[in-house]
This record gives sequence, C-alpha cells and structure tokens, in this order.
Amino acid sequence: MNFSYYPGCTLKNKAQDLDRYARLSAEKLGIHLEELSEWQCCGGAFSMGKDEIASKLAAVRALAAARDAGQDLVTLCSACHNVLKQANDAMAHDEEFSQHANNYMQLDKPYKGETRVVHYLELLRDVVGFDALKKAVVNPLKGQKIAAYYGCLLLRPSKVMQMDNPENPKILEDFIRAIGAEPVLYANRNECCGGYAVLEDRAIAQKKSSAVVANAADQGAQRLITACPLCEYNLRKNAEKALPVSYFTELLAEALGVKE
Amino acid sequence: MSKFDKEQILRTSGVNVLKCMRCGKCSATCPSYDEMEYHPHQFVYMVEKGEIDKLMQSPSIYKCLSCYACVERCPRGVEPAKIVEAVRLQVIRQAGKNHLTPDDIPALLDEDLPQQAIVTAMRKYSK
Repeated sequence: MNFSYYPGCTLKNKAQDLDRYARLSAEKLGIHLEELSEWQCCGGAFSMGKDEIASKLAAVRALAAARDAGQDLVTLCSACHNVLKQANDAMAHDEEFSQHANNYMQLDKPYKGETRVVHYLELLRDVVGFDALKKAVVNPLKGQKIAAYYGCLLLRPSKVMQMDNPENPKILEDFIRAIGAEPVLYANRNECCGGYAVLEDRAIAQKKSSAVVANAADQGAQRLITACPLCEYNLRKNAEKALPVSYFTELLAEALGVKE
Repeated sequence: MSKFDKEQILRTSGVNVLKCMRCGKCSATCPSYDEMEYHPHQFVYMVEKGEIDKLMQSPSIYKCLSCYACVERCPRGVEPAKIVEAVRLQVIRQAGKNHLTPDDIPALLDEDLPQQAIVTAMRKYSK
C-alpha cells in the first residue's frame, strides 16, 4: 500500500531515528512511504492568526502535492502533523484564507483541503490494525512498563486533530500493548513539556518536563515513548529525574525485528 | 485612542470575546500560568475592554507555549490562545519589533537541540 510521506526538518537531522525506524517498520508491515519530492519545513507551529497567509503555504504545498499524487499524506513528527492538519482544515473550512492561499500559489487546480492527513500512529491503528500488528511482532517487549507521552500537538485542538479523546487518549497505550509491553497511565501524559520556550527560557522546560517524568516514574514507568522530537529533547535533557525516552518507532522496529 | 486596534485583534484571532463567562479554566490549565503577568482569561477581558497597549507591552505574550490546553478546555469555545497569538502578531508585525532574530540563535544552541525548537521559536517570536 502506497502513501505520500512528509518527514519534516527535524527528522532529517536530530530525529533521524524517528524517521529511520518508521520506514523500516512500514516496509515490514507492507506499507510503502513515498517521501514527497519537494517539501519545505512546516514552520513547527501553525500560525493561529486567520490573516497569516504566507506562513501556512509550505504546509498547503505539501498537502496539494499529496492530492496530486492521489495519496493520503502520512506524517510522523507531532508538530508537522499538527501544522499540516490545521492548515488542511483551514483550506477546507476558512473560505477567505483558502482564497488568499490559492491566489498566492496559482496551482493548476486550486486546493480545497482534499488530502487526508494520517499520522503514523493512525496508520498502525486504522490501516494495519493493532491486532494485526500484534501478530507481526517477533520480539515482544515483555515485562516492560512504558509510559506514553502524548504532549500537546498530537491531540489538540481535538476538533481538528480528531485522533483520539484529548483528555483520555489510548492510541499509544494500545500500541504499547500490541508490541507486548505494559502501558503505564499517568496524569501528565497530555500536559505540555515546555515546548519551544526552552530556547530562551530553559527553566520553564525544566519545570514542565520534570513534572511529566516524575509523574510517570511515580506510576511505575521504566521508560517513556513519544512521537515528538521536541518532547523527546525536553524530557531527556530537562527533566530532573532521568528515565529513558525513546521514539515509539524505535520500539516498533525492535518488536518487529527490523531494528538495525 | 490607541493606535492599536481591538478590531484588528478580533479579526486576526477570529475570537468572540463576548462568549467568555469568566470561569478561569483557561488560566487554571495554562502550563505557563506562573510565568505570566497577564493570564489567559485576562487577555480575553482586556481585549474586550480595549486594553491592548498593556498586553502588547507585557512579556506574557512570549510565554504562551501554544499547547492548546486553553483552547481544548474552554467550556465556551473562546480559544484564548488565539487572542494571545493575535496580540503577539500585532507587536512583531511592526518593523524592528522581532522578539528573536537569527543573530540570537547560535548562543542558544546545544548539540541535541532539535531543529523544531528553532523554527517554532522563530515563527512565534519574529516576522
């Protein structure tokens, strides 16, 4: 099965493991990810201003390229996913913005939000299926107690993201069960790690990330998983208590026996 | 009369501040609450009252983490983060008012910092 794939800037650099293990695992599961031939950085954050046009165009170009390829667009980084999905929603539902964006781009065929944006986790849940994934696992991560860290951008704003219940999500916990490990529930799994503010205010990232990791450890977690490079960085570098932090795709590749 | 315009904030944000019922849930759930001079619920009613200049001069506009907690949890669908963003845009859209410039970046880097942090901060803090 073929999908267009938008890796994003960080997956080409500091988060290469997130990308590499996702590709290896997808091939093993019979899914072919075709990287868009020309993609630009999404900008990391969706500009919430309704009159912000240019800052959203990179996302819209990627969405239109997937439409032209006739494929759903798979994302992996939580931030890229959030930006592409919100830009897509704006193209479909904000007529004034959509008209401005199309006037700028002058595509052969105007873009109206036709592309379906699918996060890799949704691919596992809705296309592969967690039951089928479980059957494909050759190296179950038995006995491991793993805390899923959702952070902000995978789930919110839920009326646009529509991935899972924003306050009581389960997609990552179901994933953890499918690879043979035991999920650990904890209150801070969908609270912010401090995000990009770390760049000029490390103290806020330390405070927020410490609360997340301490809460996960209190509930018995041995390690954390995430889909977001910035969450990974903050939890690993800025939390007081140290727990191993991995991308979910690394554990997936390990369970499928394709980790190199 | 302020040269900065409440109407522009409302247009940019798309927010209807009159929907707010002052329950304070946005501020209660805000991860940056302790860091802010003005809190999310204050952004909403200060915009309603036209106190735009005070907000534009406050460092609070750079404290929003864009985590969407207030957007998600507001029982009235007010979406306070969009107000904070609109005020910040009104500041950084002025010439010479960028909060972060490319020249600032090298001193802020460490070897593990993901690109995502840099591009997001640049998007939020400068035009």
